[in-house]
Amino acid sequence: MRNPDQILAIVFQLTQLLLVVLAAPMLTGWVNLCQAWLQNRTGAGVMQPYRALNKLFHKDAVIADNASWLFRITPYIVFGCMWLAAAIIPIIAVDLPFSRAADVIALVGVFALARMFIALAAMDIGTSFGSMGARREMLVSFLAEPALLMVLFTASLISQSTQLTHIVETFAHHEFVLYPSLAFASVAFVMVLLAENARIPVDNPSTHLELTMIHEAMILEYSARHLALIEWAASLKLFAYISIGIALFLPHGIVGVGNWSGLPLAVGLLLAKMMLAGAGLAVLEAMMAKMRIFRAPEFLGTAFLLAVLGLLIHFLLGA
Amino acid sequence: MQIPLILQFVNLLASLLLLLVFAMLAQRRILSLINLFAWQGGILALSTFIVAYSTDQHHLYYSAGLTLVLKVLLLPWLLHRLVRKLKIRWEVETLINIPTTMLAGIALVIFSFNLAAPIAELAQGITRGLIGIALACVLISLLMMLTRRKAVTQVVAFLSLENSLFFAATSATQGMPLIVEFGIALDVLVATFIFGIFFFQIRETFDSLDIAHMEKLKDDNA
Repeated sequence: MRNPDQILAIVFQLTQLLLVVLAAPMLTGWVNLCQAWLQNRTGAGVMQPYRALNKLFHKDAVIADNASWLFRITPYIVFGCMWLAAAIIPIIAVDLPFSRAADVIALVGVFALARMFIALAAMDIGTSFGSMGARREMLVSFLAEPALLMVLFTASLISQSTQLTHIVETFAHHEFVLYPSLAFASVAFVMVLLAENARIPVDNPSTHLELTMIHEAMILEYSARHLALIEWAASLKLFAYISIGIALFLPHGIVGVGNWSGLPLAVGLLLAKMMLAGAGLAVLEAMMAKMRIFRAPEFLGTAFLLAVLGLLIHFLLGA
Repeated sequence: MQIPLILQFVNLLASLLLLLVFAMLAQRRILSLINLFAWQGGILALSTFIVAYSTDQHHLYYSAGLTLVLKVLLLPWLLHRLVRKLKIRWEVETLINIPTTMLAGIALVIFSFNLAAPIAELAQGITRGLIGIALACVLISLLMMLTRRKAVTQVVAFLSLENSLFFAATSATQGMPLIVEFGIALDVLVATFIFGIFFFQIRETFDSLDIAHMEKLKDDNA
């Protein structure tokens, strides 16, 4: 029953889980640092999110009188969902025990579950900001989700499987092939990533201006450890999305379970890709201005159409 | 089943061409539209160069060079100058809103892919999948001409249409004779000059570049 392979797989799974949860705030810090550099500021360093989390964990939580249990458990559910998502995605190794539990469609479902709870919690308090933020978030995400699914379907059609593990194996460990359909899918994916992670053209993560904020409006009532968990979950979500992007479009270097010798290279490559993606994200945000909220459907509609075009190109060219 | 890497690259460039046509369809700013047109020319030149290299046809090198000079450098420069002189930097006005236009574009892509499928099966050329993409680019450029209100954007759409036809020619039939290509290039250049003069005439007569004014007859007051 308990053969060495299984134990090894579990060890790899735990390594990935720990690595992701510890490294995710650093990615957020790196993106912020790049942004600071682009704005000619010195920046707070990549460790700043850890300091912020540490500070928040040592504060006393303030909870509104009319908050229900929903409000209290939401931070834990959101954090748990994001961590689970990060466990399913092949980040350092393929064929992890958790990856069999869910394919890409279920992964999108995990993100949707977290989103549903955070929107419910935002409306639970009954402040106008909370419900406004929740409604805006739902507007953005219900348009982003089909686009994300289409991107994932394009990759699934190429690799004949909706398991991320198979997708990565098809792209990374076979003969090098250029897939024109993935060019479309990658553009659509970047647009979805920007929208889903509350980045600049759709939402501004660093603003608290009531007219424009989406994500921040939902979490205004949270404080201390609850806020810390939600911020951490937001970092994990960004990390998970970039990992999906890497798995779909740049999977080279992800090792198989039990390949100890390949592991340092895998982690190193992951670090390099993450740094590159974070810097790219900062540059992208620096180049764009925030859109009006009513332009967001057009932005995401474009993402969806590009993803559909990717599918069509796949059927035409067979690649 | 596996096709050589160089042709995969041509396929990728073809997809990028389609992507750029869609970007032009979605673009609201006239200067970005011209820049996208220049990018389209660049991809066209690169793909022509690659087809020339892979099929070893020397005259295609010349036409790639011609594309580079004319469509990446000269025409965008002319258009930029026109836009500067006409002082039109504002947003492009569309007749139908952009998401609807994009949906129509997707429908055109599906239509042209279906239309090209039997042709592609007849052709034994290495780049047969490209006919559908080129056809889609042509139709979307036509759509862009139909849905834009300003004369300058219509001209950019016309030039993009010419680019798509050129791409269809190089990818499907390995290029036309060089003398024909020279003729077409000259035609496009002259057309752009004439369009430029037209712009000034239209603006002088109607105080606007909105071609909707041209639909009214002079004594159509009833």
